[in-house]
Amino acid sequence: MDAESRVTAMATTLPKKDVVIIGLGWTGSILANELTDEGLDVIAIERGPWRDMATDYPPNYAQDELRYRIRHELFLRPDQTTFTFRNKMDQTALPIRTWGAFMPPNGVGGGGVHWNAETWRFLPSDFVLRTHLTQRYGAGFLPGDMTIQDWGVTYDDLEPHYDQFEYLCGTCGAAGNLKGKIQEGGNPFEGPRSRPYPNPPQKQGFGHMLWAKAAAGLGYKPFPQPSGNMSQAYINPLGVRQGPCTYCGYCEWFGCGNYSKASPQTTVLPVLLRKSNFSLRDNSEVTRIDTDGSGKRATGVTFVDTSGNEWQQPADLVVLCAYAMFNVQLLLLSKIGQPYDPVANTGVIGRNFTHQCMSSVNGFFDKTKFNFNPFIASGAIGMCIDDFNGDNIDHGPLGFVGGGYLGQVQTNGRPIETSAVPKGTPKWGAAWKKNVADYYLSNLKGGSIHGSMYSYRDVYLDLDPTYKDRFGRPLMRMTIDFHDNELKAAAYMTDKYAEIVKAMGASIVEKEPRKGPYDITKYQTTHLNGGAIMGSDPKTSALNRYLQSWDVPNLFVMGASAFPQNAGYNPTGTVGALAYWAAKAIREQYLKNPGPLVHA
Amino acid sequence: MLARASVIRGSLPWRPNAGAPPTQVRPGPWLFFTAGEAAAVEALADRIIPPDPRAPGGKDSGCAVYLDRQLAGPYGRAEGDYNAGPFMPGLPNQGRQSANGPAKQYRDWLAALDTYCLAHRGNKHFVELNDTEKDDLLHQLEDGKAKLEGADGKKFVEQIVKDLQMGFFADPIYGGNRDMAAWKMIGFPGTRYNYLDWIDRHNERFPLPPVSLAGRGEWTPKAG
Repeated sequence: MDAESRVTAMATTLPKKDVVIIGLGWTGSILANELTDEGLDVIAIERGPWRDMATDYPPNYAQDELRYRIRHELFLRPDQTTFTFRNKMDQTALPIRTWGAFMPPNGVGGGGVHWNAETWRFLPSDFVLRTHLTQRYGAGFLPGDMTIQDWGVTYDDLEPHYDQFEYLCGTCGAAGNLKGKIQEGGNPFEGPRSRPYPNPPQKQGFGHMLWAKAAAGLGYKPFPQPSGNMSQAYINPLGVRQGPCTYCGYCEWFGCGNYSKASPQTTVLPVLLRKSNFSLRDNSEVTRIDTDGSGKRATGVTFVDTSGNEWQQPADLVVLCAYAMFNVQLLLLSKIGQPYDPVANTGVIGRNFTHQCMSSVNGFFDKTKFNFNPFIASGAIGMCIDDFNGDNIDHGPLGFVGGGYLGQVQTNGRPIETSAVPKGTPKWGAAWKKNVADYYLSNLKGGSIHGSMYSYRDVYLDLDPTYKDRFGRPLMRMTIDFHDNELKAAAYMTDKYAEIVKAMGASIVEKEPRKGPYDITKYQTTHLNGGAIMGSDPKTSALNRYLQSWDVPNLFVMGASAFPQNAGYNPTGTVGALAYWAAKAIREQYLKNPGPLVHA
Repeated sequence: MLARASVIRGSLPWRPNAGAPPTQVRPGPWLFFTAGEAAAVEALADRIIPPDPRAPGGKDSGCAVYLDRQLAGPYGRAEGDYNAGPFMPGLPNQGRQSANGPAKQYRDWLAALDTYCLAHRGNKHFVELNDTEKDDLLHQLEDGKAKLEGADGKKFVEQIVKDLQMGFFADPIYGGNRDMAAWKMIGFPGTRYNYLDWIDRHNERFPLPPVSLAGRGEWTPKAG
């Protein structure tokens, strides 16, 4: 009998806690730390195992491309749970049997263990997107089925919390806007910062700097990518210490046994785990948020451990901190909030689901003149420009909205993934082998065009009618495709990027703009967002501006599921800022008077 | 390793070797392939990655051994994948929808390849064809001119090219890339983890030889 079929009919009820946190990644760790500081008794329940840097990722065997990158060892296994996928509503969704377009995290630390640590802020205009674009271009400029919204929170609201997250992480970067004054060498398009980054930028490799020089020559404003890989030793405000990054090139998909990458384990868990009012259950999956008879109050959660035992954990406050799509799934399975119906255009849970629209350009250089040593890199190394992000350019003549940062942000030279050959090379045989050998050191692969993806009426999440997880619960169904707006933006930015690579002196420039249809087998990023979005109106959002459920006021939902649409950046900085913003609202407002913080 | 739920409080748990270091693939009998299958795969490895003065070919660098050990292990069984039905044919952008994991798939492909060669290539096995004949057959499978019975020859070539090239570049601990031949060929220093002294040395070739998870040949005393 397998563990799953042994799930008992009767759950054992545990002693009540003040707070139960579902998932111990970045947001769970931050919320747990903030709420234990308030004196509350907090338990976190995590689906995956306990993991720590020195024990799980020692540098004598963590650098294993096959094990971690190709075989996905740190990620959730699809047999635990997966998603079904289709492009259009009239198609049949089929299960993702092995990961491709994205890889959901698992275990203590969540995605914070194996991310690259790019730590961006969104633009001020991103948070008031519909208002901003409508004012600048008129309402008729946006496609009719585009469902972008304002967030209900502004950049100014979040600025102190971006700052908190960056100082927790020790983010390395060059400020581009200090209290409204533009700074040379930073990103001139960013919102005003209250103080500089806690650490100077990382060092850059030859390819990164050559790209920046070419970009500057074309009139753009290059700056170092904000990085959570340490440029120097750093002790954060909690007293937790990180060491300098050694540019080993095993960052994304890997844990850092060198303690050089900001992760919950290297920034907050050493403090949190030692608190007497915190405990953690690992290898335990929450299957339901329990509510009382009214459906308006959460009473706690039900979870199943790896032995198949079912438990109930009562609590006064529930904080949902899982990966974005699992947040949405748990809300639907717990029947909290009205499920989104794209035909009737009603309901909110599953609405405004987005991913990213990534493109790239490959440059091949003369090997007698260029040696990039691509293996000397870090996860968030690189030089970027923000000239084409958000609404930093006039979109009027272009016929699309949105954008993304462009960057030479090559993170590694791991050879299974980094053996690009020019187009026209045979896929195997003597000519293939020769070109792999000739171009390995003189190719810059896949420069990042980190395109935004805005929300649409027919891109959404709901429960699959056919496929089930190991507990017999419906899988989450993704209905997602690219729309013309995003593909136009991708083509435009790819052309701009290619001009930079040409100016660098590449002998071969290969453009790879993202094309439709959305493909579940091609990795883009793991930035899947939305589905339980924040906003000002309960008819079009699941959460209020404090990430509190409109329907169940003692439930808060963290993470990128709250994004009404995706900006042209990596999401973690904004996820961290929102977590601190919500924690402050809970500490300063909710606990004094538990109930809705916003009356609609 | 079976993960068990636990309650953690008060301190950070410590277990030695919690990350389960990989074990070195040992030479020895084939674990998955039959002798006939192994002969075909080694022959394929040497056409996909032919020996040349820069580096040994796929056979001598262990790519067939790599694939054998992978197919005998979790990858072959599609362990951890979502293997529940119903199985329905999907669009290419919906990914693999077959009930067969890689091990079963390779068994079928290699049997179909052998049947084809016996029937259409003068009653010879693939390994008995000359290099030109081997390459021609692979090209014909790729463009659909040669059709395997009950198997998709195009998919077969696509997958085995991917798997054998992966074995060529993966850490030698997994059986391929013997003596780090592939890494030496391209200039990849392997599992070194500290380049602080080289990050600023732009456009200069990194001078040190590669290291693998299993160390380096000269670190291990020669037997006998």
